[in-house]
Amino acid sequence: MLRPTLELKPRASAHAIHFFIFALAVLAIAHHGSAQDTPLISGGVGFFTSTNAGNTTYLPIIEPLLAAPLGRHVLVESRAALLESFSPKGGDQSGYDHSHFIGLTYLQGDYVASRHFTIVAGDYLIPFNTYNDRLSPIWISNFQDGPLIANLSFSSSGSGLGGMLRSNAIQRSKYSIDYNYYYSTRSANEQFGASRGSGGRASLYLPEQGLEVGLSYDRLLQGAHENFYGAHVWWEPKDTAFRLRSEFASGHHAQGYWVEADYRPRAFGGLDSAIGRIEPVFRIQQTFRRDTIVSDGLPLVNTQRADFGLDYNLPHNTRIITSYARQFSSTGNLNIWETGIVYRFLFPAWKGKQR
Amino acid sequence: MSSKHFVSGVLVLASVSALALTAQQSSTPATPPTKHAAHHKQTTQPQDEGERVFQQNCSRCHTAPEGFSPRISGTLVRHMRVRASLSQHEEEQLLHFFNP
Repeated sequence: MLRPTLELKPRASAHAIHFFIFALAVLAIAHHGSAQDTPLISGGVGFFTSTNAGNTTYLPIIEPLLAAPLGRHVLVESRAALLESFSPKGGDQSGYDHSHFIGLTYLQGDYVASRHFTIVAGDYLIPFNTYNDRLSPIWISNFQDGPLIANLSFSSSGSGLGGMLRSNAIQRSKYSIDYNYYYSTRSANEQFGASRGSGGRASLYLPEQGLEVGLSYDRLLQGAHENFYGAHVWWEPKDTAFRLRSEFASGHHAQGYWVEADYRPRAFGGLDSAIGRIEPVFRIQQTFRRDTIVSDGLPLVNTQRADFGLDYNLPHNTRIITSYARQFSSTGNLNIWETGIVYRFLFPAWKGKQR
Repeated sequence: MSSKHFVSGVLVLASVSALALTAQQSSTPATPPTKHAAHHKQTTQPQDEGERVFQQNCSRCHTAPEGFSPRISGTLVRHMRVRASLSQHEEEQLLHFFNP
């Protein structure tokens, strides 16, 4: 199973390549005022397998990210996904079918206007709850699959085309409040397709407790004019390598939640020891469908799923991701076995002088 | 999956949380992101402040990359300023942490 953000954003390869070349051109003309502001190329390259009911799908993928500062206040950034999927042929046929996908995940310009205002324009990831804009890159995700509710917002593709205001509203030593507000216009453009809608997120972070709570809301401003509500809680106890993340999302026709915990043992030589690199991960999630009208990416029936993962953080920014999931629903229960390896790369866009 | 099974799952999750907290009461801080930062970690206040910014913002979502060219540290920090809504002061501290 591909990640939801990839499944639901089919865009033409040729146009994607054109826009990626455009992004590279932006990099090429980027003015770097200091030796530390060289444009960068980052991202992840991975190879995943997913076995469901005895059928194994193979998925080589690369997600490059480009970031180029322009002057002191502007940053242009873009991420793309290029993948090839190999799946067993159906029926009694032997062999594999394969399909490819190339598409921009986002392409945006950021203008840091002041301490409390950053203006984002372009094709941006919608910050409804936290998964889409924070955890979806393959070099960050603990699991190969995103949560079932990942696409439950006004834009099922996970991106909007328009503008966004974001920054911190209040910042104190004991707490801070972040906000964002976004508006997306309707677009049928092949590369930048989007729905008309708007929304926002506000979150409170308590650094001493390692606790973040937030609320999200957005509204589809076309067709059925549906509302979507979200809430998230993250907890990372101080001086630990334990993280708890959770989200709840509710739409007009369905709702659901997920809770994920991961932990790295540090008592046996620290995080860089052989044991400290082990990362057990657990996620539980449920979705509930209110009616049979499908306007979102959630399963058609109520679904429960438990994921048990065991990741290993190898040296040199390489990570092995494995998991077993058991999914329960009235249409049948599933066992899903997934493995993968991801390498994260990060380097300057070109060779330059070091001052 | 019945509600009983679900409650069991939540209890398991809570137990894992409690065990993790117990095991980490006396643990050490996380690894800093760059070799440069590691050399200067224990010295001055700005580095401590930069390390705090890194841990409270960047490493909440992702592990630190093992090493990167100092030439892109400013670009990385700009990216994080937007993503994590950092203030200018935090941006400067984080840049200093990357390039002490």
